[in-house]
Amino acid sequence: MIVGSQKPFDEIWEMIQSFKKILVLGCNTCVAVCHAGGSKEAEILSEMIKVKAKQMSHSIDVNSMSVMRQCENEYLDEFMDNIKSTDLVLSMACGVGVNFLSDKINAVPVYPALNTSFYGGVPKEGLFIELCAGCGNCILHLTGGICPIARCSKSLMNGPCGGTDKGKCEVSKDIDCAWFLIVERMKLLGALEKLYDVQPPRDWSTSFHGGPRKISLEHIKAYEEQQGGQIR
Amino acid sequence: MKSGSNLERVILSGNPAVTAELGPPMSADGSEIRHKAKLLKGFCDAANITDCQTAVVRISSIAGAVIALQEGLEPVMQMTCRDRNRIAIQADLLGAHALGLRNCLCIAGDHQKFSAAGKLKGHPGAKNVYDVDTCQLVGILKKMRDEGLQQGGDKLEVPPRFFIGASWTPGGEPLDFRPVNLKKKIDAGADFIQTQGIYDIDIFRSQMEKIRAMGLHERAAILGGIIVPRTAMMLKYMDSSVAGVSVPKSLIERMAKAKERAGDDKKKAKEYQEEEGIKIAVELIHQVLETPGVKGVHIQAIEWESAIEKIVKSAGLYPRPVFE
Repeated sequence: MIVGSQKPFDEIWEMIQSFKKILVLGCNTCVAVCHAGGSKEAEILSEMIKVKAKQMSHSIDVNSMSVMRQCENEYLDEFMDNIKSTDLVLSMACGVGVNFLSDKINAVPVYPALNTSFYGGVPKEGLFIELCAGCGNCILHLTGGICPIARCSKSLMNGPCGGTDKGKCEVSKDIDCAWFLIVERMKLLGALEKLYDVQPPRDWSTSFHGGPRKISLEHIKAYEEQQGGQIR
Repeated sequence: MKSGSNLERVILSGNPAVTAELGPPMSADGSEIRHKAKLLKGFCDAANITDCQTAVVRISSIAGAVIALQEGLEPVMQMTCRDRNRIAIQADLLGAHALGLRNCLCIAGDHQKFSAAGKLKGHPGAKNVYDVDTCQLVGILKKMRDEGLQQGGDKLEVPPRFFIGASWTPGGEPLDFRPVNLKKKIDAGADFIQTQGIYDIDIFRSQMEKIRAMGLHERAAILGGIIVPRTAMMLKYMDSSVAGVSVPKSLIERMAKAKERAGDDKKKAKEYQEEEGIKIAVELIHQVLETPGVKGVHIQAIEWESAIEKIVKSAGLYPRPVFE
């Protein structure tokens, strides 16, 4: 899932204080799981803004609502009239939601209430860890299911650097050395020899380095065109 | 010969090779490099010119290497994967060769967060590159030199002929994977290897046993790393905080005793510790060179280049071989 965390309140206040009517819009999928931007958080943030506005003697009309996902038309369309009738949408979605909604409503500003951080997992309640870099060219079958692109600070492809110390990364003692983990996992899987071949330079064009990406499912596109619809 | 560099000639001659290290300054004035080059010239076969070591901005390795060359000291330019993508790397390699450089050490580079272990501000907020890793970088140099091709496949009119180096941390974790690490660098095309500093000779010997069993010592010249200890504190720090380096207690105690001998006299404390440090370095050089499969030593006297003359002479490695 996409993991994000709420921006510091002072930063949010700084960006929104000049608006008269604000809609705090929660997103109930990924960022709700990481307790950053779901309906509950949207309500809390909206209350915090009200309190701050009162303290500062600002007159601001703040409301909150939430949708299941801010990145898909089908979850937004029925609420669009409501969403549009405000001076500012303070989106609590990830950056995808903010972009998607901005493109969709155009004339009303959509501001981010979160910092979108990474694609991560939830090993235990309240802990989120980055596990995938979305590079578009998966090699997890070669590395025991541990991604060196996302989990090695140098995205090394051929083994650990000289900075591994007691299984930790040179960047921080709080970061596991991905290559230490990979070697141990491959031993366990009896597949260490898979790491013996030199991996050649990668083609990064499948990642962001090839420019913004798009995946188009041709059969659905054809169907939409037949229906006279449009895929964004 | 692959590159015709002095370092390559010394290694081919069968003499134990000696490389040293020269750290460029955080300054736009190259005179410090000239000064340090004069201290090293004649006492090593080539000297590494570090590439923004500890992730701190300094005179670039290539520029520093050219200055060293002008002073008659053969440089080993360093190329980290941290700061350049494959386009910049290859452009710099062509330029470096055109400027007369012939040795290149390929390394991952300290992460930008390192910032001289927090002693300097550095640029921890910098974006790193790591387009290619060390093995891949070694492969790029080999492909350019031996096939006359860029990584992307375009032809080079005149290929750069570098003597290709890589680093190795014999005492790094996971210990049993480190020989594989070395093999991959050699498979990729490394001609010479400079190791991380060795203090624990037992670990090094046992890793070299595996290296010999794999025949790697015959495919690349392994130069054992010697980091000259200067103070007891430095040795303690190396032991506790430098990845892949462990320092036996006996060595730390020797340095501590040298310091104690000086009592409250700080000047003498420095002098005694430096004397002891040089002794330790010379002993380590002998132990490393006696290890079968080792072809030389890489001596780092960090910000203490003036010590190299004494160390090399005391180790019986002077004069250095000269070729026409």
